Amino acid sequence: MANTAIKPVVTEEDLLIEEYGYDDHFHEHHHGDKYQSNFITTYIFSQDHKIIAKQFLITGMFWALIGALMSLVFRLQLGFPEENLAWLRPVLGKWITINDAGMGTLAPEFYYALVTMHGTILVFFVLTAGLSGTFSNLLIPLQVGARDMASPFLNMLSYWFFFLAGVIMFLSLFLSTGPFAGGWTAYPPLSALPQASSGSGAGMTMWILSLVFFVVSVLLGGINYITTVLNLRTKGMSMWRLPLTIWAFFVTAILGLLSFPVLVSGFLLLMFDRSLGTSFYLSEIFIGGQALDHVGGSPILYQHLFWFLGHPEVYIIILPAMGLVSEVLSVHSRKPIFGYRAMVYSILAIGFLSFIVWAHHMFMSGVNPFISNFFVVFTLIIAVPSAVKVFNWIATLYGGNIRFNAASLFAIGFVSMFISGGLTGIFLGNSAIDIQLHDTYFVVAHFHIVMGVAAFFGMFAGIYNWFPKMYGRFMNETLGKLHFWGTLIGAYAVFWPMHYLGMAGVPRRYYRFDSFEAFGQFSAMNQFITIAAIVTFAFQMIFVVNFFYSIWKGKKMTVRNPWGANTLEWTTPIHPGHGNWPGKLPAVQRWAYDYGKDGKEFIPQIKPMDEGETEAH
Amino acid sequence: MTVLLAILCILLLTVIVVQIGRVNELATKIRGEEEIQARANSRHGALSLVFMIVFLLATVISAMYYKDHMLWYGPNTSASEHGSSLDYMFNITLFFTGIVFVITQILLFYFAWKYRGEKGRKASFMPHDNRLEVVWTAIPAVVMTFLVVGGLDAWNEVMADVKSDEDVMEIEATGFQFAWQLRYPGPDGLLGTRNFEMIDATNPLGQDWTDKKNIDDIQPSELVLPVNKKVRVRITSRDVLHNFYLPHFRVKMDAVPGMPTYFVFTPKITTEEYRQRLGALKADGTPKYPEWYEPSDPSDPESPRRYENFNYELACAELCGQGHYAMRRLVRIVSEAEYEAWLGEQQSYYMSSIRNTDADPWKDMLFDSEIKERAAEFNDRVSQALSSGNASDKVLALDHVSYQPGSAELTALSRYQLDNLVSVMNNYPNMVIEISGHTDNTGDAASNLQLSEARARKVYDYLVGKGVATARLSAAGYGQTRPIATNDTPEGREKNRRTEFRIVAQ
Repeated sequence: MANTAIKPVVTEEDLLIEEYGYDDHFHEHHHGDKYQSNFITTYIFSQDHKIIAKQFLITGMFWALIGALMSLVFRLQLGFPEENLAWLRPVLGKWITINDAGMGTLAPEFYYALVTMHGTILVFFVLTAGLSGTFSNLLIPLQVGARDMASPFLNMLSYWFFFLAGVIMFLSLFLSTGPFAGGWTAYPPLSALPQASSGSGAGMTMWILSLVFFVVSVLLGGINYITTVLNLRTKGMSMWRLPLTIWAFFVTAILGLLSFPVLVSGFLLLMFDRSLGTSFYLSEIFIGGQALDHVGGSPILYQHLFWFLGHPEVYIIILPAMGLVSEVLSVHSRKPIFGYRAMVYSILAIGFLSFIVWAHHMFMSGVNPFISNFFVVFTLIIAVPSAVKVFNWIATLYGGNIRFNAASLFAIGFVSMFISGGLTGIFLGNSAIDIQLHDTYFVVAHFHIVMGVAAFFGMFAGIYNWFPKMYGRFMNETLGKLHFWGTLIGAYAVFWPMHYLGMAGVPRRYYRFDSFEAFGQFSAMNQFITIAAIVTFAFQMIFVVNFFYSIWKGKKMTVRNPWGANTLEWTTPIHPGHGNWPGKLPAVQRWAYDYGKDGKEFIPQIKPMDEGETEAH
Repeated sequence: MTVLLAILCILLLTVIVVQIGRVNELATKIRGEEEIQARANSRHGALSLVFMIVFLLATVISAMYYKDHMLWYGPNTSASEHGSSLDYMFNITLFFTGIVFVITQILLFYFAWKYRGEKGRKASFMPHDNRLEVVWTAIPAVVMTFLVVGGLDAWNEVMADVKSDEDVMEIEATGFQFAWQLRYPGPDGLLGTRNFEMIDATNPLGQDWTDKKNIDDIQPSELVLPVNKKVRVRITSRDVLHNFYLPHFRVKMDAVPGMPTYFVFTPKITTEEYRQRLGALKADGTPKYPEWYEPSDPSDPESPRRYENFNYELACAELCGQGHYAMRRLVRIVSEAEYEAWLGEQQSYYMSSIRNTDADPWKDMLFDSEIKERAAEFNDRVSQALSSGNASDKVLALDHVSYQPGSAELTALSRYQLDNLVSVMNNYPNMVIEISGHTDNTGDAASNLQLSEARARKVYDYLVGKGVATARLSAAGYGQTRPIATNDTPEGREKNRRTEFRIVAQ
C-alpha cells in the first residue's frame, strides 16, 4: 500500500512545509529507497518505523487473544468448578483429566500455568510490547518530525527479538512438564526448584530465556525512542512543544532502560541458582524428601530485584496509555489539554517516584517493617500527580465541543477506569490496610482495572484514532462504539465484584475456593464474573473483526487530517512512504494544543504564529 | 462435526458483525458525515449520562448487598485486637476515596454529556489555570498526609515485635508443600532448636532432639489459642514461600525458608462468641444475618445452621505450588480454662513419635517425669493387686526390666523399676514374692530354661543387694513353658520374654 503512487494533491500543509520546512536533502540520498525493494524488506524485515509499529500491534493482538483465552479457561474453573470440561481436551490434552464418570477437570498444575502465562503475556507481550512498542514506534518519528528512528536497524532488531521471545514462550506451552506455573513474578524457591513445581523445570528455563530476549527488545527499542526524541526533533520542536504522547513515550523508555537490566540481573542469579548450584536466593530447604545444599541465600533479594523492575513496569504500561488519552481527549474535545506543563511534570514525577516505591509489593514478605514506612510515604505521594492528571483530563472536557467516536469514548472510559483502579491503590499502598488485602482479590481488582483495563482502553483509543494513519482507512465507527460500551460495562462487571471478594479475604491464585468455609461462599458471584468475562471477550472479537476488515475494506481516508489535529503526523501524505514526508521536513512553529484559539477550530503546529500572538503555556 | 459447526457459527457471527458495521457506512452516505456525527454526539453523550447513573447506582447497590462481607461491618468484624485499627484505616480511606470517586465519575460523564459536540458550539480555549491546579494538587496532598500518618501509626503498632518483659506466648507455624505444621512450646514455654538437615519422615520440623527444649514441644493438628492472650507466631517455611494468613484476625505474613518471620496478635473473640454473633437475632426475632441461618449442608435441611458450624481458618496466601489452595488448618479460640485443658491433653511430639526409636538420643536414660510416672503406675498396679481377691491378679509383670540379648545382664534402665519394687517391699513389710523368668520358644528349650533362671536370679540378687530380706524372696525360671501369648508372631514372642513376680503373701 505504501508503494502505491498517489497523485499528489497540493494542500495547505504542503505549502506551509514547502515555505517554512527544513530541507535535509532526504530525497537526493534515498532516491528509490533501496531498503524497501521487495516484499521481505518492506513487510517482514522492515526498517520503517510505521511497519514495525504494525508488526508490534498485530503480534500484540495475537498474544492478547491467547492471554484472554487462557483467562477464560481458568475463569471457567473458578466460576464453574463442577462443570465437565472434557470438551477442552482436544486443545488442552492431558491437562484435562477425565475420571471414570467421563467428567473432565482442569489439572491444578495447568490452572497455575494458565494464570502464570496470562500474567506474563499480558504484562510483557501485550501491554509493554503491544502498547508502547506500537505507539512509540508509530508516533515518535511522526510527531517529532523525523524521517525514522535514530537507528532503524536496531528498531528492526527490537521487533525480531520480541518475536523470538514470543516463539520461545509459545513453544514452552507445549512442554510435557508444562509451562512455568509459579506466578508471573516467578518468586524463588518455587521458580528455582523443579521438585517444587513441574513447570519450574524446562518451562522455567524457557520462560527466563524468553524474557531475557524480551528485555533485549525493550532496550533496543527504548534507546532508540530516547535518542530519537532527544536528537531528531525537527526545527522548532522544543521539548515544551512536544505532544504529551511523546513525553509519555520518552519517560516510559527511560524507565525501561533503567529498570529492565535489573530484572535481567535478577534472572541471571536465578539461573545460577538453578543450574550452577549457587545460593543467591536459596537457604535451608527440605524438599522432595531431601535437604538441599543451598545455605545462606535470601528469596527476598529476588523480590527486591524483581520489583525494582516490576513497579516501574506498571508505569511503563500506563504512561503510554496516559499520553495517548491526553492527545485523543484534547483533539476530540476540540480543546487544548488542560494544564500541559502540569501534565508533563506529573509524568516526570510519576516516572521518578516509580523507582522508589517497589517494596510496597513486599510489605508482607518479611522485610523489616520499619523500611515499609518509607515506601508507604512515597507510594501515597504518587496519588498526587495521578490526581492532577485526572483533574486535568476532566477539565479538558469542560467547555469542549466533544466529538464522540470510538477513540474519544475509549479515552473517556480510560479516565473512568483510571479513577476506579487508582483509588483502590490508596488502600493497598497503605501498609496497614495491605495486611488484610495483600494477595486477595482486592489486589486483582485493583491492578486489572488500573493497569489492565485502563491500559487497554488507552490502547484502543490510540488504535481507533491512528488507524487511518496506519492503514489509510477508518475503522468502522458503529462497531467501534459497540465495542466500547460492551467493554466498559463488561470490564466493570468482571472486576468490580472482585473488590468484595477481596474485602471478605478471598486470596488470589486459588484453584478452588471450597476448601475454605470463609472463601467458598461466593459461588454465585464467581459464576457472574465468569459469564461477564466471556461476554466481554466476545465484544473484543468485534474489535478483531473490525480491525482486519477495515485494513482492507474500511472507509477510505480522503483528507490528510480527518480529526482536525495539530500534530505533525497528519501533515504527511495519506500513505506516507519510508521517510514520512516526501519533500522537506515540517518546521514547528507552536505547541501542539492550539484548539479553539482565537476563534479558529485548530491551528496545526506547522502554522507560524500570527503577529503579536503568544504561546499559550 | 462439532468443529465444523463451531467454525460455521464463527463465520456467521463475523458476517453479522460486518453487516452491522455496514449499516453505519450506508447511513453516512445517505445523511452525510456531519449529520451522522451530530447524531452520534447526542446519542453517546446521553449514553454517558445513563451509564454514569447506572454505574454509580450499581456500585452503591452492590456495596449494600455485600455489606456483610466488608471489613468492620457485620459478620466481618476483626477477631483480633489490632484488626480494628486496620479496619478503621480501611474505612477512613473508603470515605475519602468514595467522595473522590463519586465526584470525579459524575464530572467525567456529566461533562461528556454536557459538552457533547453540537453544531455551532465553540469549544472554549482554556489551556491552564494555575490557581485551580494548585488547589487540586494541594487537596490530594493534604488528604494523603492524613492517610499516611494514620496508616503508619497503625502499621508500626501492629508490626512491633514483643518486648522482652511482655507476657506473651510464642508458637510456631511452618509451611510446607502443602500444609501447615504447628508447634507449641510445652510446659517449659520454650521452643527447641531446629536444623533443616535433620528433617525426615519422623521429624517433620528438623527438631534437634539433643536440645531438651524440644522434648516437650507439641505439634497439634489445630491452632488453639486462649482468648485475650498476646501470641507471637514464629513463621517459618520448609521449602518454598508460603504465607501465614488468618483472615478473621487480619494476620498475614510470608513464611520464608531460611529466615523466620513473626506476627504478634491478640485474639479477642472466642469461636463460640463469634458463632453467637453470626447467629444473632434482631429485635423482632428474625436473624440478623440470614445467610448464616442456612443449613451448613445445602442438601440436608436438618443439618446444623451455618453459624453453628462456623470456624476460624488458617490459610496460605502466597503461591506455593499446585496445592496452594488447600493448606487449611482449623483455628479455635477458647477461654483460658478450656485452653489449659486442651493443652493438658496434648502429648509432646517427642514422647509420642521419637521416644525410644533409633532417632532418640536419650534412649539410655529416663527423664525425671518418666521415672515419676512409672513409679506411680507401678505402685498403682501393686495396690490393685493387693486389694484383688483373684489369684491371677497377683501376678505382675516387671515390664521395664530387660536384659542384654542372650544374657542375664540387666540393662541400665532396669534399675528404675527394680527400685520401685524395693520401695514396695519396704512399704509392705509382710509381702512375700516369687520372681519368675520366662522366654519365648526360639532356640533350645534347655538353654532357655537356664537363661530364665539366671535372669530371675539376677533380679533376686539386685533386691537382696538393696536390703530386702531373702526370706521374703524366691526366684524361679520357667523357660518357654508358660507363654502368655502366641509364639508365632514377633509381638507375641516379645510378650513371652518377660520377668514377673507373684505376690505369695501380703
